[in-house]
Amino acid sequence: MTISTAPVPGVAGVPKGKRPAEGNRFWSWVFFLMGVLYFLLPLAGTFYWSLRAEKGRLGFEAYRRLFADANFLPSFSESIINAVVAIFISLLIIVPTAYWVRLRMPKLRPVVEFITLLPFVIPAVVLVFGIIRLYSQPPLLLTATYDSSRVLLVCVYAALSFPYMFRSVDNGLRAIDVRSLTEAAQSLGANWATILREVIFPNLRVAVLSGALLTFAIVIGEFTIALFMAQHTLGPYMQELTRSKVYEPSAMAIVAFAMTWAAMGLIYRVSRGQQTQIGAGH
Amino acid sequence: MPYLELHNLSKTFGGPGAVVDFDLAVERGEFVSFLGPSGCGKTTTLRMIAGFELPTAGTVTLDGKDLTTKPPNQRNVGMVFQSYALFPNMSVARNVGFGLKVRGRPKDEIDARVGEMLELIKMAHLAKRYPYQLSGGQQQRVALARALAIQPQVLLLDEPLSALDAKIRVELRAEIRRIQRELGITTVYVTHDQEEALSISDRVVVMNAGRMEQVGQPFEIYNFPRTEFVAGFVGTLNQLRVTVVEAAAGRLAFADQTIAAGGPVDAANGATVLAMLRPEELHFRTAAGENQLTGKVESVTFLGALVRVQLSVGPARITLDALNERRLNLPKVGEMQTVSFPPHAVWVMPTT
Repeated sequence: MTISTAPVPGVAGVPKGKRPAEGNRFWSWVFFLMGVLYFLLPLAGTFYWSLRAEKGRLGFEAYRRLFADANFLPSFSESIINAVVAIFISLLIIVPTAYWVRLRMPKLRPVVEFITLLPFVIPAVVLVFGIIRLYSQPPLLLTATYDSSRVLLVCVYAALSFPYMFRSVDNGLRAIDVRSLTEAAQSLGANWATILREVIFPNLRVAVLSGALLTFAIVIGEFTIALFMAQHTLGPYMQELTRSKVYEPSAMAIVAFAMTWAAMGLIYRVSRGQQTQIGAGH
Repeated sequence: MPYLELHNLSKTFGGPGAVVDFDLAVERGEFVSFLGPSGCGKTTTLRMIAGFELPTAGTVTLDGKDLTTKPPNQRNVGMVFQSYALFPNMSVARNVGFGLKVRGRPKDEIDARVGEMLELIKMAHLAKRYPYQLSGGQQQRVALARALAIQPQVLLLDEPLSALDAKIRVELRAEIRRIQRELGITTVYVTHDQEEALSISDRVVVMNAGRMEQVGQPFEIYNFPRTEFVAGFVGTLNQLRVTVVEAAAGRLAFADQTIAAGGPVDAANGATVLAMLRPEELHFRTAAGENQLTGKVESVTFLGALVRVQLSVGPARITLDALNERRLNLPKVGEMQTVSFPPHAVWVMPTT
C-alpha cells in the first residue's frame, strides 16, 4: 500500500470546517441576546413606568414618595437583617453537617440531601400553617409576640435556604480533599472546632458565598410566610403598596432590585478582598 | 527498650483481616519501611499508629506510653500523605506553622521554627507562596516540614512519593533520608515500591494479605528472602522446579541438566522443590566449578544500565541480567547460549 499525498477530502474540508464554528457563535449570540432581552425588557418596562408618576413628564417623583413613606426603609432593613441572620444560622447547621456526612457517613448523603430538599417539596402555604399550628401553643409558644414570631420566621428562612446551602457546600467539599486535610490537621494537634474554623470553612468560601447569595435573594422578596406570621418585612409591604398605589410599586421593585444586587456585590467584594489579602501573604 | 512498639496489632473491616497479628519493635531513630502490594495492610497499620484507625486488637506503645485509643490530635505524631494535604488557604509559612499555632505557641517561637524548617527543606525563599503555586515535589517537601515542625516523636509517611515523577522521586527520597538522619527522628515509611524501601530504610517489613512476611535489613530481605512471597515480590527472580537428586550434596536436576546448590538441601531425595536464582547472578562467561545451563535465547531487552536476556531451558524460562558495557556482544534471538552461575547463588524453597 502506498501513502497518498493527495489531499484527503476531510483534510481539504478544513477551511469549510470553520463555518459551522462561526455559525455556532452566531447562534450563541442570538440566544444570549434573547436571554438578555427576556430579563431586561420587563425591568426596563418597570423602570419606565416608575418614571411616569408626574403627568406629562418623566421623573423620579415615585421614588421621592417611596422614600418619604415611613414604612419603606424599616421593612427593607428588617428583611436584610432577617436574611443575614438566616444565612448565618443556615451555615452553622449545614457546613458541619455536610462536612461530617462527607467525612464519616457518606452512605447517609442521599438521606440528608432529601431532607434538605423538603422546603422545595412542601408549598410555602402548607409550611406556614404547619409552623403556626406547632408553635402557637405551649410548650413552644413562639407566635405570641412580634419579636418571637420574627425569631421563628428567621428560623424558617434558614430551613428554606437548606436546598441551596447544602448543595453549594457539598459541591465545595467535593472540590477539596476533605479526609486528607482533616487528618493532616488532626495529626498536627487540631481539634474539630479548629479544623472547621481554620481548614474547612476558609476553603469553602466561594461555595458558602453562592449559597448565601441565593438565600439572600429569596429572603428579601419572601411574601407568603412573612404575611401569615404578620411580619412587617419587604414582601408584605410591597404587596400592600401594589394594592394602594400606582407608580410606587414599580419604583419599589427597581429599588429592591438595585439594593439586592448592591448587597450581593458587597458580599462578593468583601470575599474577593479577603482572597487578595490572603494572596498577598496575610 | 524499643521506642515504638506494635504488639499483636489487628484490624478487621468486616471481611477478612486487613491486618493480622502485627508485631514490631522500632528503635529510637530507626527508619522502618512497610513494603507490600496494594491492599496488604501496610497503610492500615500506619493509620493505626497515627490514630486514624482503631485496632480491633493489640496495642500501640510509644516511649512506654500506651497510645492505642488516644485520638490522633493527642499523639504527637507527624504524618505525610500521598496527596500532600497542604491547606490550600494558607501560605507555605502558615502551613508549616499550623501545628505550633494550634498548640498556642508564641508568635516569635513559631516564626523561628518555621524559618528553621524551611531552611531544612531549602525553601525559605518560597515562604509566602501558596500550595497551588508549587510543584508536586515542593509541596511534598512543605508537607514534610509541616509534619516535622511540631517535633513529633514519630514521623509517618504514607506513600509520599507515589504521585511524583521518577526523577523527583529519587531526589526527594534522598532528601527525606538526609533530613531523617539529621534529626534522628524515628520514621515509619509505607511504600509499594521495593527499590524505594530497599534504598531508604534501616529495616524493611514485607507484608502480604494483612500479615508480616519478613522483617529485616534491605540486604537480608533481598538476598535471603524467607518466604516465596518475599522472594517473588522483592526483585526479579528465576524460580525453577527442580528434582532433588542428592539432598546432602545439594545436587538438583533440571531439564536433563544438573545444578549444584551451595550446600545441603532440606528435602528428601526425589522431591520436587523450587530453586531460586537472581537474574544478576547469571552470566555468559564460563568459570570452573560453576553451574551451567544451555538454552535458546528468546528475547534481548536493552534497559540502559542493564541488558535483560530471556532463555528457554527445557520447560522453563530463565532471565539473565548483564551490566551494560560498550563492548558488549548482545546475544541474538534464536541462538543457543550457555549461562553460568555459582552454586552459592542458588537457594531452595519447598513448592506450594
